[in-house]
Amino acid sequence: MLKAFASYMVYDLFGMARDTRLSGALEFFIYDTIKIFLLLTVIIFAVSVIRSYFPPERTKRILSHKREFIGNILAALLGIVTPFCSCSAVPLFIGFVEAGVPLGVTFSFLISSPMVNEVAVVLLWGLFGWKIALIYLGTGLLVAIVAGLIIGKLKLEKWVEEYVYKIKSLGAAADIAKQTFKDRIVYARENTTDILKKVWVYVVVAIGIGGFIHGYVPEDFLVRYAGPQNPLGVPIAVALGVPLYSNAAGVIPIVYALMEKGMSMGTVLAFMMAVTALSLPEMIILRKVLKVKLLAVFVGIMTATIIGVGYLFNAIL
Amino acid sequence: MEIKVLGPGCANCHKMEEMAKQAVKELGIEAKIEKITDIGQIAMHGILSTPGLIVNGKIRHSGKPLPSLDKMKELIKADV
Repeated sequence: MLKAFASYMVYDLFGMARDTRLSGALEFFIYDTIKIFLLLTVIIFAVSVIRSYFPPERTKRILSHKREFIGNILAALLGIVTPFCSCSAVPLFIGFVEAGVPLGVTFSFLISSPMVNEVAVVLLWGLFGWKIALIYLGTGLLVAIVAGLIIGKLKLEKWVEEYVYKIKSLGAAADIAKQTFKDRIVYARENTTDILKKVWVYVVVAIGIGGFIHGYVPEDFLVRYAGPQNPLGVPIAVALGVPLYSNAAGVIPIVYALMEKGMSMGTVLAFMMAVTALSLPEMIILRKVLKVKLLAVFVGIMTATIIGVGYLFNAIL
Repeated sequence: MEIKVLGPGCANCHKMEEMAKQAVKELGIEAKIEKITDIGQIAMHGILSTPGLIVNGKIRHSGKPLPSLDKMKELIKADV
């Protein structure tokens, strides 16, 4: 039905000639835009409703005093549905530690939350198909779990700023006002509008790259530099991605262009993870609660794990 | 009544403070509005995502998106 609508727009409404490069590209552009925005709206709305059941205050209680491993898995999963913005990373970190969430488990959450979320998954699904979206989801969770486990095993509590452990909560404030189902729907609607407003430009640019630049740069432009044959492709992509900062939507146009031009899957996924999971602004914010040594260990472990994932997928895909 | 707006100073936190003042004015009630900006203090109150709204010791809202002014009035009124 969407396909029919797109071709109606191009050939009947705009009266363009059939089978030219431009009309074909435009048809593809209209079809993809509508499809992806429908997907985004429906899925962000659904996830927002689920989110309203998992405010960070509740997630904190779920993870409090959880054992490692189980705790890390739960934290990574809750990272998908718990709303989180890196601007709140400090109160969140303090709140988790204060509630007795183990350090490694807290990290699993902090890693998974910005990296694995519904926007990333929907965009990958819409542009590259559900298999790639699932692979990203699965490996994103894996990176969050593994990196959190390692940080937990290293017993790095001593590298957390001392004042964090001195903060004691005023218990009384801990109960959150009940929400009615209508409140949740209102929240979900506002959240969906908020996110769509933030990401729509990137999405249109990404689809535009697919629709129009497609065919103008040689297909194998990047294969020579960053194809599966180049063993240094993954570390270089990750090294480039770490200092870059963007949310999942912002990196999608770049990811799309790289993939179109022959960069291999594992390298692209590793690049996307490095961009979304590690960023300089977030490090500066986290520096308020973590000593430089712990930050360095965190960045090191993340970089190594993401590079590992990149190689793994280049080998099996 | 005691209302606390908690946030380190982001745009949304200022907006919430203004909204709280407006809501109190429109409701015509007596309330002390306090702004808490220290991160340690925010965490101590149990707020994990900012901005947060605490009315008489109960967390009524935390995080984005902000509630509407009407919702805000409801949240404050719930404790009168």
